[in-house]
Order: sequence, then structure tokens, then C-alpha cells
Amino acid sequence: MNIRRVFAMAYKEALQIWRDPRSLAIALLMPLMQMTLLGYGVSLDIKHVPLCVFDQQNNQQSRGIVERFVSSGWFSISHTLTRQAGIRHAMDRGECIAALVIPANFSRRLATTGSVGVQAIFDATDVNTTNIAIGYMQGVVALINARIDARWAAAHGVRLPRTGQVDLEQNTWFNETLDSRNFIIPGVVAVILALVGAQLTSLTVSREWERGTMEQLISTPVTALEVMLGKLVPYFVVGLIDAVFCLAAAAWWFGVPFRGSILTLFVTTALFILVVLDIGYLISVRIHSQLGASQVALLITLLPTTLLSGYTFPIDQMPAPIRALTFFVYPRYYVTILRAIFLKGSGLADLWAPSLGLLVYAVIIIWLAARAFRKRLD
Amino acid sequence: MNTAGPAILAEGLTKRFEDFTAVDHLDLRIEKGEIAGFIGPNGAGKSTTIRMLCGLLRPSEGRALVAGFDVDREPEAVREHIGYMSQKFSLYGDLTVRENLRFFGGMYRVARKDMGERTRFAITMAGLSGREDALVRTLAGGWKQRLALGCAILHRPPILFLDEPTSGVEPEARRRFWDLIHDLAADGVTILVSTHYMDEAEYCNRIALIDRGRLVAMGTPSQLRSRHLGGRLFEIRCAPLGAALQVLRDAPGVLEAAIFGDRLHVLLGPGGLDETTLSGFLEEHGVKAQAARLVTASLEDVFVQLVSGHHEGQA
Repeated sequence: MNIRRVFAMAYKEALQIWRDPRSLAIALLMPLMQMTLLGYGVSLDIKHVPLCVFDQQNNQQSRGIVERFVSSGWFSISHTLTRQAGIRHAMDRGECIAALVIPANFSRRLATTGSVGVQAIFDATDVNTTNIAIGYMQGVVALINARIDARWAAAHGVRLPRTGQVDLEQNTWFNETLDSRNFIIPGVVAVILALVGAQLTSLTVSREWERGTMEQLISTPVTALEVMLGKLVPYFVVGLIDAVFCLAAAAWWFGVPFRGSILTLFVTTALFILVVLDIGYLISVRIHSQLGASQVALLITLLPTTLLSGYTFPIDQMPAPIRALTFFVYPRYYVTILRAIFLKGSGLADLWAPSLGLLVYAVIIIWLAARAFRKRLD
Repeated sequence: MNTAGPAILAEGLTKRFEDFTAVDHLDLRIEKGEIAGFIGPNGAGKSTTIRMLCGLLRPSEGRALVAGFDVDREPEAVREHIGYMSQKFSLYGDLTVRENLRFFGGMYRVARKDMGERTRFAITMAGLSGREDALVRTLAGGWKQRLALGCAILHRPPILFLDEPTSGVEPEARRRFWDLIHDLAADGVTILVSTHYMDEAEYCNRIALIDRGRLVAMGTPSQLRSRHLGGRLFEIRCAPLGAALQVLRDAPGVLEAAIFGDRLHVLLGPGGLDETTLSGFLEEHGVKAQAARLVTASLEDVFVQLVSGHHEGQA
């Protein structure tokens, strides 16, 4: 390998990137746009579940119950109904996910028997959301019961017996606010870099074929490895700038806590960018039309990356064969690495396994791409 | 570079694309310092042959040595010793003149201390002084061709392959280009140049006539004219031309008759009609004709003659 040729190739490629400011602008702005879309679009937290209320009692006590739901912050009242049939209507139109029905004899039964049922109805079309809403509902009801018990005890001058109860004291580490955004945003960064990186280089060889410059290039003694390295260098810089944009947006715009070291972040990110650029390059070597190469790059990066990288769908919960498949999906390593660096502050020593995964990937792809580049027209 | 053998040697060189044979058992021997012309119509197999000689296409059969290296087994050694200018312009249009030269200088590892001088030479040669920083896509055809030549000779290759370097270039620029080729040959560079302009064939030391992938004839222009025509060529003014052509087709001793501008070119073999009886024969058949005149055959005449005979032979 001759460093002079690598340099000449890199310089030429950089000039071509620089002379095409529109493509460069897209390459630099696209990740930020996607960051905004995906960052805001993907959230697993559900707040203000729309709730419709059919309060048949409608006295101070029952209204107090409803008030508890609102003040919890988890529910907002979408409808206050006067007929049972209204619930079905509201759910059909998607205006509420849950309904609360308070019976007409609420206060009397509570006073006489000390216990009364309220009915909760859920729209279970979206099972995930419904489960979360049921959890919220149980939480609110538990609070209400505790207060009723306390009030009853106070009114009757009884000290509640301290039964031997165990309280679960929850401690959540690394993402103390349990904000799903902190979990998802680092994954979004990995997904965007995987998509954009492959796009960047998918055109670089096919462009030479399409413009006819390849024939002249391969008539020179340049080697496949020199062409690849030379072409990757300037795109590596563009890829790093994209990474800085996305990571900065994650930390400062979306406020994901950053607890790791910049050095660990740089080393692993550089490795990941090398992999994604080389995937694009490999595609470009194999497919001689720019449009075709860019489409294939999108196709083979988009689906595995979004579905199998673990950025939203947890890998642990996948069936075993699919889970085995994710080891071939290179973004999964970077998703793991980024989450660990951001939220746990892990260093390279902790991250040796996924880093090694990326390294092995890089070596294999570089080898494949160098082999795939043929200095022949047939 | 192997100093003993010829610069370019091909033996039974063949290229098939699926069931189409582009180059068919071609034998070629080109000595050092020659300007060898590849002449033939479009699709004759000129480009395919040149690409095989540059190691860009693999021969289906046969072998070729360029600078003593086997094009199939040692393509990189071949590439170190050649300059190549492809038929389609293939420099970088979004780079300037100087940037293109610098790039190819890098690819060929031209020593840095020589780059300044070589670049200046290429720019002067191409007549691009003052346009060093112009984007190449803004240049006119003739300049582009000369710059492409400049890029191909930056590393001073002993062998140069030029694939239709003058196609689509205006006549004045074509002449200038051939002057450059002669200057390079004078410095000892072996040049294989293809063209479909017959008049350019006269500029070559030797020509290889190619048709349908086969080498039809090879020799100096004068050798080809005298050896391959098989008769003497006469020019005759007559009218109407169509009727005259009809009459001569089946006349004794006529090998070939073709309309050439406002007159006929008639190739006469031994026996049958000759220059004294030709116009009389036409007048007998109701064609007004002047006296026949012996002309020097152009290479185009030779080519037409060779190719038509070749095709009849095949049919």
C-alpha cells in the first residue's frame, strides 16, 4: 500500500465533496432533522391518559375521587358523561382510553359497608398502553383507599393495626426519572448514524462508474485497498461531524445525562462510523448505478437497524433465533455502547465485548470490500 | 520492461461476450517506437482489444504481452508501463485542470520533485496555459482530449494506448493532437492509437485494419495500398452514375465499382477492361463518360475492398 496514492485519492474525493455543496448540506443537516423527528416521535411514556367519567353519584365525595385521578397527572378528563352509552361512543371515536363509572349509591354503600366498587373500562386495542393505564389506575385507587382508611380510623378513634407488612422501596439506577427518552435517544443516534453513514459512501464508487471516470482510474496501478482508504478518509470526517451533531443534540437538546468519558465515546464512535461507511462502500463497489446503490444501502440498513438493534424493541425479549440474528446487526453493539456510556458512564474496559463486536465487523467488511473491488471492466 | 521483445504482442487474442465474439483470434506485433494505427468501423473490436491490452478486460482465449508482461496474469505490471486514454472522456469534470494532473500524478507516483515540471509540460502541451484553475467540465472538446493525453503521459510511460482520441474533435484540434503523438513517438514512446477517421491512418507508421473482430490486414500505408488492392484504381467522370454502376458491376475485369463524389472509382484486375477500353464500354451501354484516370488508392478504398472481400468470403 502506498500512502501517496491514498493521500491523492483522499484529496480528490474531498475536493469533489466540497464542490457539491448541496449534497454536503444534506449529509450534514439530514441527521439533525432525523434526530428531531425520531427523538420527539418515539416516546414510550404515556401521560395524561384520556379518561371519561360517568359519575352517577355526583356529590362532593364522588367528585373528590375524580379529582384524585386528575391531580395524579396521569389522567385527564376528556368527557363527563350523563349516560352509560356515552362511554362506548367516546371510545369508538378514540376520545378516551379509559372510563370510570361511579355508582349512584357510592356514598351510602361506602358509609354502610365500608367498601364500594367503582367500575373501570379500558379500550384494549393497544395492549401496551392499556397495561400502563391499568397500572396508573391501580396506583390512584391505592392512594384513595389509604386515605379512606386513615379517615375512617380517625373518625372512629381507632389506631390501625400495624400488620407485618413489607414495603417495597424502589431504587432506580442510571435513569432515575424513569424517562424512556434517556433510553431511546442514544439508540436513535446509532440508528441515524447507521443510515446516514451507509448513504454517504454508497455513491462514491458507483459515481465513478456512472460518470465513466472509473475506466481511467483502474488503468492506473492503484490498488483496491488504496482506493478504499482514500475514499473513506473524507467521508470519515463528514461522518464524525454528523456524530458530533447527533451526540450533542442528545446531551444538550434532549437532556440525556452524559456520565462517560469523551475518549471512550470518541473511540467507539469512530469504530462504528468506520463500519457503517465501509458497508456503504461495499454496496457501492458491487452496484454500479448511484440510484441502485443508494436504494440498496437504505434497504439493507433501515430494517435490521430499526427492528433488530434493540433501540426500541428489547433484544432480551426476542425469540431465541431472532436474538441470535441480532449479533449480525452491527448497530446493536453501538446502541449498547452508547447507552452504557451515556447513562452508566462505562469505560472501554466495561465495553470490551460490544467494542470487539464492532472491531470484528470492521475487519470483515474492509476485507470483503477490498476483495470486491475489481480492476476490470468485465 | 523487457528490452528484447516487441512492445506489444498478441497471439490469438479473443474476447467473447456471451455468444457475441468482439475480438476473434487477433495476432498483433508492434515494435518499440512505432505509431500503430487501429483502423476499423465502430464496433469492429478496436476498443475491446485495447482494453484487453491494458488489462481492463480478460481475454477469453489467446494471450497478449505488453512491455513483456502478460496482460492476464500480471495486469499491475502492465499498468505500471502504460498510459491509457479511454474512448469516452474520463477525467474528473468537477476538478480543475491542475487538480486532475495532480491526482493522476499521485496515482502513478510521479516523484514530487518532478511533478512541477511534468505538470507544466502537460499544461503547455495541451495549450491550457492560463486555464490551470478552470473546472475541466467547462473546457471544449479539443482541450479535454489534450488534457487527457497529458494525464496519460505524466509518468512517462513507454507505451501509450489511445482509444479514438480525436473522435468528436474539430479538424484543427485533430491535427494538433497528431503533432503531439508524433513528438511522443520521436522520444521513443510506442503508441497504439485507434480511429475511425481513415485520413488519420496516413499519420501512422503501420496500420492494422480491423473488421468484425478480425485483423484484416496489417502493414505500412503504402504496403497496404499496393499489396491488398489486387488491381489498379481508376477514376472516371460519367453520367448517369447509377446506370454506370449497374453496367460495370457485371463487366469483365471489374473487381469493384463505387460512387466517389460525382464520379466513379473502378478497380480493374488483370484481363477484361483496361483504362483504354473503359470509357468506350460505358458509352456502348448508353452512359456518357470521359477518359479514365489512374488514381492513387486511399486507405479507404483499400479498406472497402478488403472488407467486402472478407464478407463475401464469410457468406
